[in-house]
Amino acid sequence: MQRNPAMEQASGERRFGLPRLSRKVAPYVFISPAVILFLLFMVYPIIYSFILSFQKQNEEGDLVWSGLANYQRLLGDSKFFQALGNTVLILIVQVPIQLTLAMLLAVWLNSKFLRFRGFFRAVYFLPAITALAAVSVIFRILFQENQGFVNYILSSIGLAKINWFRDPFWNQVLLLMAITWRWTGYNMVIYLSGLQSIPGDLYEAAAVDGATRSQQFFRLTLPLMRPVILFTTIFSTIGTLQIFDESYLLTQGGPNDATLTVGFYLYRTAFRQANFPYASTIAYGLLILIVILSIIQFRLGEKETQ
Amino acid sequence: MLNQPKVKSLGRSTAKRESVNGYVGEQSAGYRISRILMYLFLVVGAVISLFPFYYMFSAATHVSSEVLALPPNLLPSTALFDNINKLIKDVQFDKAFYNSTLIAVIFTITSVMISSLAGYAFAKFRFKGSGLIFGAFLATLMIPAQVTYVPLFKLMTADGNPFGINLLGNYLAVILPGLASPFGIFLMRQGMRNLPDELLEAARIDGSGEFETFWRIVLPVMRPTLAALAVFTFMSQWNSFFWPLVVQVQTIPTAIGALSGSSIIDYGGIMTGTSLSVLPILVVFLFMQREFISGALAGSVKG
Repeated sequence: MQRNPAMEQASGERRFGLPRLSRKVAPYVFISPAVILFLLFMVYPIIYSFILSFQKQNEEGDLVWSGLANYQRLLGDSKFFQALGNTVLILIVQVPIQLTLAMLLAVWLNSKFLRFRGFFRAVYFLPAITALAAVSVIFRILFQENQGFVNYILSSIGLAKINWFRDPFWNQVLLLMAITWRWTGYNMVIYLSGLQSIPGDLYEAAAVDGATRSQQFFRLTLPLMRPVILFTTIFSTIGTLQIFDESYLLTQGGPNDATLTVGFYLYRTAFRQANFPYASTIAYGLLILIVILSIIQFRLGEKETQ
Repeated sequence: MLNQPKVKSLGRSTAKRESVNGYVGEQSAGYRISRILMYLFLVVGAVISLFPFYYMFSAATHVSSEVLALPPNLLPSTALFDNINKLIKDVQFDKAFYNSTLIAVIFTITSVMISSLAGYAFAKFRFKGSGLIFGAFLATLMIPAQVTYVPLFKLMTADGNPFGINLLGNYLAVILPGLASPFGIFLMRQGMRNLPDELLEAARIDGSGEFETFWRIVLPVMRPTLAALAVFTFMSQWNSFFWPLVVQVQTIPTAIGALSGSSIIDYGGIMTGTSLSVLPILVVFLFMQREFISGALAGSVKG
C-alpha cells in the first residue's frame, strides 16, 4: 500500500519510527520499562530472598526446606547481636548528635544577618557528595596511630596519642565522627529548606508578643519543623541500620568486631562464607527491625504533633 | 513540606509585652557575644568540613613515605604524576576510571529516561492499576537493599539466570539492578503533576502523538527536575562501592578499596585515587550546586 509521506508528517504519525500510541495504551507503554525492571530486580529478589530464608544447603549443595531453623539460629547468634548492638549504638548516640548539630547550623544559616551564607552552606554540604569509600580511607590516614595527623595534633598539645584502631571504644568514636562528618551537612540543608518555608511574619508576631529567641525556637520553629525532623530521623535510622562502606573500609569491623555492623555481617555471611540462606534471614531480620523502628518513630512523631 | 501550623499561643500575655523594652537593652550586649560565638563555631565547623579535602589533595602530591612524615607536611609537593602512573600500573586505575565514567553515564541517562516516562504516566494519565503499581513502587522505598542482594547476585551468575549467562565482571551487572528507581519515579511524578493539562491537550489537538508530546513538550519543560535527578543519580552511581564490589567490576571506589586493603599501603597512591574520585563530583557541584541541593531535598518533600 502506498502511503503519502506528507500526510504522515501532517498527522504526526510514525515520526519516531514507532507506531502511534493511543491515549489508552500510552501509559502502559510508558510504565512498561520501569515495571519490567522492577519485577525482575526488585519484586523477584524480595520474594526469592524470603523463600531462601526458610531454606538451607545440604551436603550435596542443594537447597532444602529447613522451616524456622535460620530464624532460630538468628535469635541465638551472638555475632548478629553484637553487630546489631554496634549499629544501635550508632543510632542512639550518633543520630541525635548529628541532627541537633544540623538543626543548630540550619538555624544560624537561616539568619538574614549572617554573612557568607552561601559559602557556609556549600562548605557544610560538601562532605555529602563525597564517596563513602573516599571518606573512609581519608579518615583512616588522618587517624593513623603513630604518624597520623590527628594524633600528631593531640600529642603536640600535650595529650596522649589515641589507639583509634586497636581500642574498641575509640574505634567506635572514630566511626561515629566519620559518619557525622559525612551526613550533618546533608541534614542541615533539609532543615534549612524547612526553615525557609516558615513565613517570617510568624516570627514578627511572636517577637511583638515578647517571645525571646529561645522561646521562638522551642515554641514556634520546633513544632513547625516536626514533619521534617521526623523525616530526617526515619531516614537516618534506615541509613544507619544499613551502614556498610565505613565499617568495611574505615575500621574493617574494628578490634574484636567492635564496629562490625549488620550490613557488614550480612556481607561476610553471604559473600565470604557463601551462606546465602542465612544471609537472607539476616536481611529479613533487618527488614523487620526497620519496619518496627519506623512505625515507632512515626507514631511518636504523630503523637507529638497533635 | 510542612503541615499547616498549629501554633500554640506564643507570648500569650500582655503583661510580658511591657518587658520588651527592657529585654531589648539586655539583648544587645549578649547578642554581640552570641554572634561572635556563632561565627567562631561556623568557621571552626567549616575548617573541619574542608580540611579532609585539603589534606587529601595535598597528600596526593606527595610520595607515599612523605604522606605520614612527622611533623606533617601540609604543603603540596611534586609527586602527583608519579602517583597517577603508579596507580595505573598497580591497580589499572585508568581502567577503573573509564569503567566508573561509562557506567555512571549510561546508568544516569537510562534511569532518568525510565523514571520520567513512568512518572509522566503516573502523573498525567488515568489508567487501571495506576494507584496499585505506583503504591508498589513506593512501598519498596522502605525495604532495605540488603534484602535483594543475594538473589540479585545469583541472577548475575550463570547458574542463577535462565539464560546461563555469567554477568559477573560485566557492566550490565552493575547497571541493570538499580535502573527502575522508585525515588526517581516519585520525583518525576511530583514534578509533572503540576504541568498544565491544557499544554498537553493543545499538543494532542495539533496532532502530536503521545510519545512525541512527552519528548518535545514534557521533557523540555521538566528540565530543572531532570537535571536535579540526573545529578543525584550520577553521584550515587559514581560513589557506589558495595554493589560493584559484589559483582566484581573494577570502579574507582573498588580500586580504592583494593588499595587500602593491600598489605603494603601506598598512602600517596590512595590519596591520589580518592582525589580523582572526589574531583569530578566536586567540579559538577561547583557548577550545579542548586541541582545537587534540590536532589538532596527531593527525598524529604512529601505529598
